[in-house]
This record gives sequence, structure tokens and C-alpha cells, in this order.
Amino acid sequence: MSESITLADAAPIAIDISKAVVAARDHLSEIDAATGDGDHGINMAKGFKLAIDRLSGKPFDLRQGFATIGDTLLGDIGGSMGPLYGSLFTEMADTLDGKEAIDRDGFTAMLRAAEAAIVDLGAAKVGDKTLIDVLTPSREAYEKAVGENKDFAGALTAMRDAAAAGLESTRDMVAKLGRASRLGERSRGVLDAGAASCELILRTLADGLLARLAA
Amino acid sequence: MNRVINDPDQVTEDSLQGVVRAHPDLLVATDHPRVLRRPSSGEAPRVGIVTGGGSGHEPAFLGYVGPGLVDAVAVGEVFASPTAKSFHAAFREADQGQGVACLYGNYAGDNMNVKMAVKLAAKDDVTVKTVVANDDVASATPDEADKRRGVAGEIIMWKAGGARAAEGASLDEVIASAQKAIDNTRSIGIGLSACTIPANGKPNFTIDNGTMEVGIGHHGEHGIAVLPVAPAKEMAGIMLEKILADLPFGGEDVSVLISGLGATPLMELYLLYGHVDEMLRAHNITPRHRFVGNYFTSLEMMGVSVTLTRVDGELDRLLRAPARSIGLSVFPA
Repeated sequence: MSESITLADAAPIAIDISKAVVAARDHLSEIDAATGDGDHGINMAKGFKLAIDRLSGKPFDLRQGFATIGDTLLGDIGGSMGPLYGSLFTEMADTLDGKEAIDRDGFTAMLRAAEAAIVDLGAAKVGDKTLIDVLTPSREAYEKAVGENKDFAGALTAMRDAAAAGLESTRDMVAKLGRASRLGERSRGVLDAGAASCELILRTLADGLLARLAA
Repeated sequence: MNRVINDPDQVTEDSLQGVVRAHPDLLVATDHPRVLRRPSSGEAPRVGIVTGGGSGHEPAFLGYVGPGLVDAVAVGEVFASPTAKSFHAAFREADQGQGVACLYGNYAGDNMNVKMAVKLAAKDDVTVKTVVANDDVASATPDEADKRRGVAGEIIMWKAGGARAAEGASLDEVIASAQKAIDNTRSIGIGLSACTIPANGKPNFTIDNGTMEVGIGHHGEHGIAVLPVAPAKEMAGIMLEKILADLPFGGEDVSVLISGLGATPLMELYLLYGHVDEMLRAHNITPRHRFVGNYFTSLEMMGVSVTLTRVDGELDRLLRAPARSIGLSVFPA
């Protein structure tokens, strides 16, 4: 089993993530409708569909793929999710600058940059019922696995599991930020839409890398 | 869903086409497809006024571009904040070398996108200062007033800021007047039916027939109470009670703005105004400025909002100043 993947080999993962978000359009909107205004899936799908269009028909690597997603979300998708996920992908792409491949430690840097982008912009903390409740435990689980000397695949698996657990943890939380926070106690009992899209993105990213590590 | 649309995903783009064709004297397109501005006027350079927000609230936000009001507007998707790049482009369009006042409403997305846009503008040496409207008393308690949403009180903020800029005031003076306007303004709404984002195809919240939601937000955010639909007079009483408890009056006159939420007939808005006016006078509060109409809507939601502003000499002067736009015109006395 190899321990690193070239950015060229990993490029299709940018498309996989985009397609996964587009396919989850109605699912994400339904989750959002419970606490927000039900447009999360629509806006996300619109942005990632545009990114797919911009990437089609030309060669790109994972860095360029993420940079294109980031630019598209920042430039064309407003709301809260445009700047949040736009910054997340832009910052992840920046950590790949000048690199040929992604490995276990490179992925640590990428996850840290992703989390920092969201924290800087949104000021959310764990427990606020936002996508941070997926992102932070995922980053922590990944780093813990690395600290225990797990290999890249082992750390990715730990991250993917933590993302799923993080998403589920939002069900029993009361929203503190964003539109859902107006609901107070009434936001309890349903998942957070941003956390759901974040889990989907991290899961698709992990699965894509795991498949290439196993190859 | 019976609507006057084509592709539900393109309603914002399609509507903007009509707006610029209908009002070429007030609004022109720019290099950025989601930014409209006033036509160049040849007036002396002054502070630029920018606002922006999601579509579906027409005439807000683009309907307040015009002389004495807003210079450029960033337009978002239905019920979603414009992008940071849109706000940034609007700042560039509005800037005349005297700085830009960005006067917008308190929503998570708008806060993030404006914050990013202000940073982008700083790189091109455009100074932008902001005022964030938070006039909705139903959206948070007084000790968490910084969490309150901006609603129809934004119109009073734009009017005050726009009039001050037209007087030739500095950026800091424009910001101070806009802040003063919103600090003295409180709003509350009552929702009577839900609304449907065209791209969603179905409403994402419900207001049962025969009930009303007191404190409803402009996107269907939950209010503070769901009650059986009451006569208009009781609605007026409920809304004024919430506002007056939050904004004590000490003999000042008041500006009253009543806005429909989209599908409530104007006849009913005037009916409500009569009760509000009568009740205010019973409290020894004199309505000096009166606005009744569809100023800030939520697609086809039925319902109404009431906005009161404590008016001192300065705000009286600024509200009285001439202005012209799709949403609000004030003619010289």
C-alpha cells in the first residue's frame, strides 16, 4: 500500500465531491428546511455544478480542482455557505501549492487550513450546531490517529468515522449561530444542514483517497 | 405553485433584466451581473451608499437605489446574501473618492460577505464603513440586541444615510446618522401565510390557516407566538406593545412605516395604519412621518410589519429630504 497520492491522480476527487453535493441537493434542502429556509441544497448544488462545468474538458490536479471550487463558491454563491465553503476549499488548495503529491502529513496541513478558514469567518465553536461540529472532531481524530502512528489510510478512516459521529452529534444540539439560532430549543432534534454537507464532503474526500491508497 | 416565472433557478437573473428595462433613469447595469447602480449624475463627489441582500424582498434592496438614497446595490439569490465579490463590486461602483457607507441587515451570510468585501476594498484603497440594521424586536431579547435581524427599519437607515450623504457630510457623519436612525428604530412583523422560494417549489415553513405568527422573520424564521388570527385592531395592539416596551418614548415624534409582506392587500395595510395612528396618539406619540405600502416583502407571504422610529430634529430633517427610487420617493415640501 502506497503512502502518498499524486495530485494528478487525486484530481477526480474534486469532481467526485462536486457530484456528491449536486446529488444531495434535495436531501440537504430538506434538512435545512427543518431549521433554516430550505435553500442549502439548492445553493450548494448550484455552486458545485458550476465548478464541474468549469473543470470539464481541461487537465487539472487536486490543487487546481479545489481552487476552482473555492473561486466558484466565493464568486458565484452568496449566502453563508458561499464564503464558508469557498474559503475552505481555497485554503485547502493553498496548502498544496508547489506540491506534487498528498501524504499523511500534507493532509494534516490541509485539514488545519480548512478548519482555520471556517473559524476565522464564522466564529462558530463546537456545540453551536454548525459544520464546525463535523470539521473540528474530524481534524482532531485525524491528528490523534497520526499521533498514534497510524498510516495515512488509518488516519483517514478515523477522520471519516469522526465526521459521521460529529454530524450525528448536531441532532441533539441547540443552534447558536446563523438562521437556525432563531429557533432556540426548537432547533433540537434535527441535524444541521451545514454539518451534513461538511460530512458529505469529508467522507467523499476520504473515500477517494482511500481507494487510491488501496490501489 | 402558480407563479409568473420561467426557469425557477433563474428568477433573480430574469427579474433583474426587467428592472433595468423598467427604470433606466434610476438603475443601470454594471460590469458585475449582480450589481446595479445609479446612472452617473455629474453631481459633486460625495460619500457613496451601498446596500445589498437576498432577492425576494422587492422593492428591497434594489428598489432603494436613487437620488437621496442608495448609490449601488449587491443582489443575492432569493433569500441568500450576495457574494463578497458582489458587495466588493458595489463598493467600487459607489465610491467617488469620499469613502463608502455599507448599510445592510444583520444576517450571518451578509455579515460574512460584507466582512470579506471590506477587506477586498481596502486593497484598492476604498474606505468602507458599515452600519448593521438590527431593528426586529422579536428576533432576540434586548440584552442580545446585536443578534437581532434587520428588517423594514433598514429603509429608515438608508433614508437617513442617503440624505446625509447628499448633504455633503463626511463618511463618519453619514455612518453616525445611519447608526442613529437604526438605533432609534424598532420593527415587528406578523405572518399570516408561508411563502415559497421558486427553486424549492414548496414552502419550507407553515402557518396554519386561521393562525398568525407574531414576530415572523422575513424568511419565515419562527416568531415569538402563534395565535389565532385576531382582528386588525388587536394586531396593532400586539405589535405596538412589543415595540413600545423596547423603545421608550419621551415626548419625541415618531416615524411610522407599515409594510406588507407581499400578498396582503394595500387596503388592509391602511386599515392597520388607522389603528396604529390612533393608538400612538392615545400614548401621546405623534406620527410625524408616515409610510404605508409594500416596502420590504417576503415573496408572496401574507402579513405585515410595523416599524417605529423616534425622530429628533436631525432625523426629521433627513427623513424630509427629497429622494426618488422605486420603493420610496419624498418630494420637496
